[in-house]
Amino acid sequence: MAIPPYAGPLETTWYFTFRFLCACIFLFLITPILVIIPLSFNIEPYFTFTSGMLEFDPDAYSLRWYEDFINNTQWTHSVKNSFIIAIASTILATVLGTLAALGLSKPHMPYRSLVMGLLISPMIVPLIISAAGMYFFYSNIGLDQTFLGIILAHTALGTPFVVITVTATLVGFDHSLSRASANLGANPTTTFFKVIMPLILPGVISGALFAFITSFDEVVVVLFLAGFDQRTIPRQMWSGIREQISPTILAVATILVMISIALLATLELLRRRGEKMRGISPG
Amino acid sequence: MKKMLKYSTFAISMLGMVSAAQAVDLNVVSWGGAYTASQMNAYYKPYTKKTGVKINSIDYSGGLAEMRAQSEAKNVTWDLVDVVLADAIKGCDEGMFRPIDMDKEMAAAPDGTPASKDFLKGTLLSECFVPQIIYSTAFAYRADAWGGKKPTKMADVFDLKNFPGKRALQKKAINNLEWALIADGVPLSKVYDVLDTDVGKDRAFKKLATIKKDVIWWTEGAIPPQLLADEEAVFGTGYNGRWFSAINEEKQPFAMLWDGQVLDIDGWAVPAKGKNVAEVMKFVKFATDTQRLADQAKYISYGPARLSSGPMVSKHATLGIDMGPHMPTKYADQGFMTDFAWWADNGDEMNERFAAWLLQ
Amino acid sequence: MANGNTQGEVVLAADGTPLKESLNKAMRKNRIRALLLVAPLFIFILFSFLIPIFDMTFRSVDNWQVGTLMPNTSLALKDWDGKAIPEEAVFEALIADLKAGAITREIGKVGTRLNYEKSGMRSMITSSARKSKKVKEGPYKPIVFKMHKKWKDLETWTVIKRNTSAYTIGYYLNAVDLKFDKSGEIVRQPENRQIYGKLFLRTFAISMAITIICIILAYPISYLLATMPLRYSNLLMIFVLLPFWTSLLVRTTAWIAMLQSQGVLNDLFVFFGFIDDANRLQLIYNLTGTIIAMTHILLPFMVLPLYSVMKTIPPTYMRAALSLGANPFVAFVRVYMPQTLSGIGAGSILVFILSIGYYITPALVGGTGGTLISNQIAYHMQSSLNWGLAGALGALLLGSVLALYTLYNKIVGIDNMKLG
Repeated sequence: MAIPPYAGPLETTWYFTFRFLCACIFLFLITPILVIIPLSFNIEPYFTFTSGMLEFDPDAYSLRWYEDFINNTQWTHSVKNSFIIAIASTILATVLGTLAALGLSKPHMPYRSLVMGLLISPMIVPLIISAAGMYFFYSNIGLDQTFLGIILAHTALGTPFVVITVTATLVGFDHSLSRASANLGANPTTTFFKVIMPLILPGVISGALFAFITSFDEVVVVLFLAGFDQRTIPRQMWSGIREQISPTILAVATILVMISIALLATLELLRRRGEKMRGISPG
Repeated sequence: MKKMLKYSTFAISMLGMVSAAQAVDLNVVSWGGAYTASQMNAYYKPYTKKTGVKINSIDYSGGLAEMRAQSEAKNVTWDLVDVVLADAIKGCDEGMFRPIDMDKEMAAAPDGTPASKDFLKGTLLSECFVPQIIYSTAFAYRADAWGGKKPTKMADVFDLKNFPGKRALQKKAINNLEWALIADGVPLSKVYDVLDTDVGKDRAFKKLATIKKDVIWWTEGAIPPQLLADEEAVFGTGYNGRWFSAINEEKQPFAMLWDGQVLDIDGWAVPAKGKNVAEVMKFVKFATDTQRLADQAKYISYGPARLSSGPMVSKHATLGIDMGPHMPTKYADQGFMTDFAWWADNGDEMNERFAAWLLQ
Repeated sequence: MANGNTQGEVVLAADGTPLKESLNKAMRKNRIRALLLVAPLFIFILFSFLIPIFDMTFRSVDNWQVGTLMPNTSLALKDWDGKAIPEEAVFEALIADLKAGAITREIGKVGTRLNYEKSGMRSMITSSARKSKKVKEGPYKPIVFKMHKKWKDLETWTVIKRNTSAYTIGYYLNAVDLKFDKSGEIVRQPENRQIYGKLFLRTFAISMAITIICIILAYPISYLLATMPLRYSNLLMIFVLLPFWTSLLVRTTAWIAMLQSQGVLNDLFVFFGFIDDANRLQLIYNLTGTIIAMTHILLPFMVLPLYSVMKTIPPTYMRAALSLGANPFVAFVRVYMPQTLSGIGAGSILVFILSIGYYITPALVGGTGGTLISNQIAYHMQSSLNWGLAGALGALLLGSVLALYTLYNKIVGIDNMKLG
């Protein structure tokens, strides 16, 4: 959408106004996320820029809140918990979700749309309702305030993403490939690992990433199900925001932004690889 | 030789496991923060030293939600819970907590006065509840907010002309309605009589509405001292222990307005279907004896619930301040106690009405 | 002769079975294989998710307390006509139930349940139960009247009788601001207690506002992204995807830092002299804060479907309209926009569904003015412990989400749902 050479003054004005508007919206999207990064190095316990910071006085900056984060056992404990829960539920969700997606994309799957609807329901039901339901049920069977309970809950919340991403890669999947493999004498297991797996791998990995971030970022279910020992990073941030706002939260937030940048980069690489493998070149 | 060594280490570790299994660990649930720290110093550590029983301190944020879920599921993992009196009454009525015979199961005073006579009058309001401390919810204000002028009575909180500025109030109906009536001229002893009538309820909400625009509603106890410190508010309600540490430990320019303070009691309740009831009763007996209750006041400014502990309250463990003048019990005549029976009956309705009022 | 012919007409598979049968068998095998692959997840979701949700909604009608804990009274009230205070037999049954309840210490549950219907019944039940321990022999009616004056009210008995049934619609009535009056008719709650209906309306209104703001903000940038050369748009896409992948709590924290009265935005305004230091704007802990933060969080969900629809619209249409002499604005509205409607529809429903169930952000930045129905559900779950009401509010919310989702499925189809 470059400005055409025949554009009159009105069009030129509109062209720049439009670009300016878009720039404002992009700024709205990105500013809050970028602002917290310098703020987390503030030496003062404030949530805003001090005059020293604006003058780039090195004394106005410090790693104080990062030290605070590392030395606070509650925070380090929550980091450990978050990773344990997120990794365990990602593995479970990926295995269960990939299998189900393979089944769902078979042409002979009965009641396909109904089953699909039920399987992805954890994504649609508002979290507060899921959390309330799980709270009652899990405490009835003694799974509240346990790691297992939270891992199972997060697995349920994460599987829809795996199902959707893997099903999406299977839509473009050429079933004659697996038939060819069978004709050439491969058994189903070999076919799966040698033919199907490499093709759906990008979908599986991006589904796994979604499942990971779902668990890693989830707080409503944790609020209801977790005891003090199972507190995760978002849970700790939640009470940090409600109880005492200290810039330590900004330090944690900055670290989390870095993690999401890493995730984003991985996904982008996967997308490119997926397109290349299926012969769709970016146009 | 090597093999024997291996066997003997094995045997020793087995023995270790057996003895570890015999000693019970108690899961004791409390509020966390400075309060649990004071309990650790005054109760948990001395008890473990004396008996070898380990105390797992678990933090919670109050309320009966977890307790009810556990007792409904018949899977009670908590051995002892620190609760406010209102929750003890509610939980006792619903069979979540175990009734306690004060004289038989709790320690007598050093002079032999039975426990039921030694605990302060009016604190034994539930048969499932062993009182620990008297605390109060009171107003504090920024001493530098209005030049030399200082608020002295509840009506001043509702006086926006002479004492302008934001007020930080807790976002619930309880206490706020009582304060509104007190500010409106109802004597302390008549508050619940008035509140029990429809006219009285309307009157309380109407009075509260006069300051609604200037209220910042808080939900977590840590917030009001921060709001005052950041000069976002000039008045704030909060637990007196938090005000004490803001004023004396953090040296904030706040002062207390004891008038209209709401006295409340915090104590222990034993879950009815807990797994270590006998063990935990021994702990409660120890932790609520005269010396232990007096010890706790060294670490936090809440008044001990026993008469016999009163004279033993001395100086703060680290600050060296005489704790007497900071105890809410000293200003008891300026305050009142919540009528828990009234709130048990009318709480659901009042909270709905309060929420509807906030939305207006 | 005939036999031989028909036999010859059946097409046989390699192993000698008729082909039709063999095909059927293979189909069945495939179907079973597909089912077996789906089964583990299905069973898992069933137990870890669907049954818990069902269990929660069941609580909204479950009314076990009176029938189970006061079995004698329930039985005795069975034939009561409700016109006058019941007979002595009912009082005898009542005393028996109160005594038993006082021993098991479970009678408080009846009190709690009945108090939802009528304030004051909790203490009536619990205090009477305590006093019932001393009661030796009848006549019981005067004894009970002395225990609490409310036993003389006809309404007390109407409420008890109504709740002897194992199921109730009471929680649902409460959830839509209705109640039973003295005579058992369904009427509206008094004005000063109407809250849930208002909150539902408010939740829908706020979600609608957020959806509209999202459309307005997402449309231009999606258009820009879709019409730019890919190497630039891929870069700009980061502005949309980074927020999308950033933790919800991080973004909420960021908005607190931006909007609070000592925050970045207010500092900027003061610095540029738009406002003076004493009159900083209240941008957070109210409706404004909720709308700003939620719009930011949900905007990517609008941009992504819009972008993918716009990407498929060939630019030739617009060029054709323009070259045929249409005014650019008219051409845009009449030629381009209609083709993006499906994207707007998909994005809107997604944003709307997500925002009506939102809990975290309103709870943290909503103050009193910006809270939604979810916050009320959480309140009843964790503070008031009125789990039946929480279940009813949750079921109503769930119902509206499912209705919207069905609509989404009709417009977009879940198979076409794209992520990232």
